[in-house]
Order: sequence, then C-alpha cells, then structure tokens
Amino acid sequence: MYGEQPLFGLLNRIGTPVEGHRPWPRYRLTREGWLAMIEELAGNAWTLLGLWGEQHAVHAAFREDLAGDIAVVSLDCPQGRFPSLSPVRPSANRLERAIHDLFGLTAERTTDPRSWLDHDAWGVRRPLSDHPAAPAPNPGPYTFLPVEGEGLHQIPVGPVHAGIIEPGHFRFTANGETVVRLEERLGYVHKGIEGLMRGKSIGDAARLAARVSGDSTVAHSLAFARAVEAALGVEVPPRAVWLRALMAELERIANHFGDIGAVCNDAAFAFMLAEMSQLRERVLRVADTCFGHRLMMDRVVPGGVSVDIPERGPALLLDLVADLRKRFAPLVTIYDGKASLQDRTVSTGIVSTGLVNRFGTGGYVGRASGRGLDARRSPGYAPYDDLEFEVPVLTEGDVNARVWIRIREVEQSLSLIEQIVKRIPGVPRGLDGTTPLPCVPVEGQGETAREGMALVEAFRGEILTWVRVNGDGTIDRCHPRDASWFQWPLLEAAIEGNIVADFPLCNKSFNCSYSGHDL
Amino acid sequence: MFRHILRSLTGGPVTEAAPAPSDPALAELADKLQKAAKARLGRSLSIREVDAGSCNGCELEIHALNNPIYDLERFGIRFVASPRHADVLLVTGPVTKNMREALYRTWDATPDPKWVIACGDCAIGGGVFKDSYACVGPVEEVVPVDLRIPGCPPRPAELLAGLLALLETSAAT
Ligand code: SF4
Repeated sequence: MYGEQPLFGLLNRIGTPVEGHRPWPRYRLTREGWLAMIEELAGNAWTLLGLWGEQHAVHAAFREDLAGDIAVVSLDCPQGRFPSLSPVRPSANRLERAIHDLFGLTAERTTDPRSWLDHDAWGVRRPLSDHPAAPAPNPGPYTFLPVEGEGLHQIPVGPVHAGIIEPGHFRFTANGETVVRLEERLGYVHKGIEGLMRGKSIGDAARLAARVSGDSTVAHSLAFARAVEAALGVEVPPRAVWLRALMAELERIANHFGDIGAVCNDAAFAFMLAEMSQLRERVLRVADTCFGHRLMMDRVVPGGVSVDIPERGPALLLDLVADLRKRFAPLVTIYDGKASLQDRTVSTGIVSTGLVNRFGTGGYVGRASGRGLDARRSPGYAPYDDLEFEVPVLTEGDVNARVWIRIREVEQSLSLIEQIVKRIPGVPRGLDGTTPLPCVPVEGQGETAREGMALVEAFRGEILTWVRVNGDGTIDRCHPRDASWFQWPLLEAAIEGNIVADFPLCNKSFNCSYSGHDL
Repeated sequence: MFRHILRSLTGGPVTEAAPAPSDPALAELADKLQKAAKARLGRSLSIREVDAGSCNGCELEIHALNNPIYDLERFGIRFVASPRHADVLLVTGPVTKNMREALYRTWDATPDPKWVIACGDCAIGGGVFKDSYACVGPVEEVVPVDLRIPGCPPRPAELLAGLLALLETSAAT
C-alpha cells in the first residue's frame, strides 16, 4: 500500500543487495525496480539524501526519517539514461543536471533539463564520462526561465558581487520593490573536485575533501574520513574520535558567530558584526594554538587526526568556553531587545515547514522551519551518543528564527566543547613526542574495491560523502554532497514577496556555500 | 545595550596595534603599512576582492582583516564594491574556467595604475586544483600579477604583511 512501505521492505523486494557497502546497505535495481521506486516515492516521505552519477550508473541515497533507516539504490545506465526523480523529489533536479554535465547521463522526464555546472567554458563536455566530447561549437547564452506580466522588470546580479563573497548569479524579477521571482545560476566556482579525486591516493583525496568548502573544512574532512573508514572497516583510536568532535564544534561556533554578525550587519546593525567577529577571532586563535591552523584544515584525516592538542590545550579551551559564555550572553540580550533589528529579521524570508520537508533541508534552515534533524543524532556517530546536547527547533522559518537557531547552537556547542575537554580519553602528545598520534594506517584491501558512506553534521547542515576505494588504496569515485544543495533552492522561495533590499539579509541568513555546491 | 557601548567606549580599543603582547609583529607591521600607504598614494588604498574559484577559506581570512582586531581600515585601506574604485585586485582561487572571463573583465574595468595580488596557494599556482579540466590555474595566466601571498589560506597577519610589501615595492619603482 502506498505510503506504508518500510524502506527495506520495498528494496528487498525490488533490488539486489550489493556486497561491500558500509555501513548502510546498497541495492542494485533494474529499470523496472527504479520506476517502481519512483512510484513509491510519490506516496511516501522518504528523504532524498543524495543523488550522484558515475560512468555507467546513478546512485541515490534515501532515509526514512522516522525509523532512521538509510539505504543507497543504484541503477546501471547502459544507454546513458535514467528515469528522473525530480517529478517526485524536486531536490533531485539540480543534482540530475550536474550528473548530466559531468557524466553525460540524461535524466528522462526531468523537470528542468538545462545545464547547471557546465557553462561552456571547460573546453570539453561531460568531462567525467568515458567518452568526453568536444565543446559545443556555438553555445548560446543560458536561458533563464521566462517571467511575464505587467510592470515586471529584471535585475541581474553577479557573478562577481559587491563585497567579499563567493561568485554566483542571481536573476531577480521584481514588481516595483517586490521580488516576484528569484532564479539562481550557480556553477561559477566548479573546480572539478570529483574528477580530481579519481585515482588519487586516500591522503591526496583527503586534501581535496578538506577544500570542498573552506568554512566546513573540518566537517568535510570528517565526512570523507568516516566514509573511507567505513569502506575499509578501519577502527579509529578513541582519542581521535573525540578530537574530531572538538574541532567540529569549534568550527561550528566560529561560523555561527560570523553568520550572526553578518546578518545583523545586513540589517544595518554593524555593532553586532564588530562584536561577533571578535568572538570568532578568539575561537580561531585558540584553534590555531591547539591544532596549528586557524581553520583546522587537514587536521582530520582518514585513520584519525594529524595533530593532537598541546599539553596546555585543555586549559586554553576551558578558558575559551568561559570567556565566550560571558561575552556572548549580553550580545544575545541586545539582539533580542533591539526593535530596529527585529523589525528587519522577524517575518522576513519565510520558508515553510512543508518546503523544508519536501527538499530534505537540514541545518539551521531546516531547523528554523520545524525540521529537527541533526546527523549527530540521526544516524548519530561517536562521540555524540556519549555527550549531552539539544537540537534546537523553531517553526517561524524567518531570518530571525535562523539567527536564533544559531544562537542556541552556539550555546549547545560550548557545552559540548566543555564536555569533550573534560572527558576526552588518552593523554595529549608530550613535548618530546613520546605519546603516539591518535591515527592508524588506512590502506586498500587488495583485489576488491570497497564502498562506504558517511553523514556528518556541518555548521550549515548535513553532509553526505560516498566513496569507493580501489583495492590498491586509490579512490575510484567520491561524491561529497554539501548541505547547500538542499538549501539553495529554498532561498529562491524565501525571497518571494519580500523587497529586493531584503535579499542580502535573507541570503546571509542562509549562508549557502557556493564552493561546496559547485564542487 | 548602552551599558555595552559604554564599556566599549571606556574599555579601550581591542585593536591589536595597541599593541597586543602576543603579537608585536602585527603592531609593527600596522605602523609600517600606514606609512607606506601614505607615502605611495598620499591617500587611502582601495581593494577589490575577486573570488575566482576559491574554496572560501581565503575569503574567511580576508574578512578577518575587517574585524576590530586587525581593523584594516585604520591604515586607510578598505574594500570597495566596484572594480572602478579599486587600486588593487585581491584575487583568490585556482581561476575556474567558469570565472576566467569575469576575472578578466573585472581587471579590465579597474583603472590604471592597478596592482594584482594573488592571494593563497590556489591563486599562485592552482593549489590542489591545478590539474583540473575546470581550472585555468595560476591567476597570472589570466591577468598580470604583482604580488603573491602564499598560504592555504594566508593568515590575516600574512595578508597585512603582503599588502605592506606591495606598497613598498611599488613605491620603489
Ligand atoms: S589557497 Fe587554500 S584556502 Fe585559499 S582558496 Fe585555495 S584551497 Fe582554499
């Protein structure tokens, strides 16, 4: 019966399990099975976690949110085509366009077949397929969706924006001051990361994963490391697991401070930016002292961590927590009590609960609109099952709610850092280097390729990373899916009916990653 | 709120040139930078930042230059929104092919005399992305580069040092 099929019930019926995929099962489907699944998806609420291609196949990951069941399904595409998921999962559309641009696989009956990452500038088409093609001879301009109506005008913005932000293009259609439609065009910072990872050693691929989105370098490194470790069945030293969480929470608060300040600044309240950026700087300096890099890049590596905190690290970190608590609380009171600020953020850029559920949107965008999922809880990963924290959820879905989710998350993360520092197992590395680094070797398994997947909660939301490691320890295929993929489309919805001047504010409250999305 | 502002007013500056004992180099740098900017330009220096495909790590540290601790504006150096107002283009990223034209146009729209800084390992040599079908690689393959600030990403203090070096070398020529 529709809507009542447990995930595994259906997949066991229509699919064949694939060996060597961990920790969740992967099923190979026939074309009929894939179509049956699409029909099923129309009647249930399974979340699409990711959709990615390779040379002759597509893969999709789903989660049954209530039960927490997760599975990957795959379809071989010998004809270079697969039935589109976008009619039943709108979040699939841009991923399908990316698959088409990179691998030349066509999504049949997709809701939007336009190119996405390919801007006719690479000098090659479908670069990752086994038969890349010459560039199109006379590529026309990108066609934006038509908007018709009396009194409408268009405002093109970007790709280079005013200010220090990443490049992307926004096409506003406005009626006077009111935005009737926003259409995003992304792909400008596409660096070909998935192509670069192919054939690389695990270590080199990890350095690429760390640079998918600089602001989430810890989270992306963690997702990559966990996927590789799952594939190869590597057990990471407990101390490394806790150090990773420590870095992840430092990254989370540093970004949230930056975002809260930036949102207030765009609401013409520069005072908050000045204050928050000092808190952010304070975090980065402690991160630098403890881990040797302000953003903690390349510190989480497959097998463990590449650096341990110095002996005075725990004291520095506890000091940091105490100091931040003292300085953050009065600023929150100011945010809460400032009518001119609330006037800009309350009821601006609303995203409905229905929409975040349809797109499977995570992070503060999802949680500000009533969707309370957090990968640290579900599926959950160590050491969070041992730690106490709450996942804040609000339902207003406006800029203000997205700010408040961040405020609450900062408070939770400060408590997490404190718990981690107090309870972390093992001892820090001595000055003479006598204590071994918490890291184990990670190698291929000979002969057979192994596959793994990981879900990790970045400051922005859930990251999915899927990997296949060849027997010789090189990467055959890796797909990192940033949280931004399922947030960017909702920004288009959030701004509708708002005034053009509120766009920067809405945009900051989302703070989607361009690099993490464009790859 | 007002109590907070009052405390900010009476608490003295947080800016590090004041000078933070942990970072005397920064204070010294700040002083030199200000003198060099005045000597060279007799006025403020305007920077236009161009992300030509960065991972956004470099942007985070460039942003930090504006926080009250580094407070770039006190040297008369500020970030501007339009290339037409800029003296310096601060370029990050391995120049994705999708950004090559936008970078060139931005450079072209910047009035002479102008300087280009390649900020970060990506902008200098393509970094970990250099062999990609989607990247041009070094910024200097698209526009002439006057100064390179290495790092992944460069620390704010290194960015300050780089700006100083640019002012000093351009003053010498
Ligand atoms: S140099 Fe490093 S931080 Fe800067 S854009 Fe490149 S990868 Fe990112």
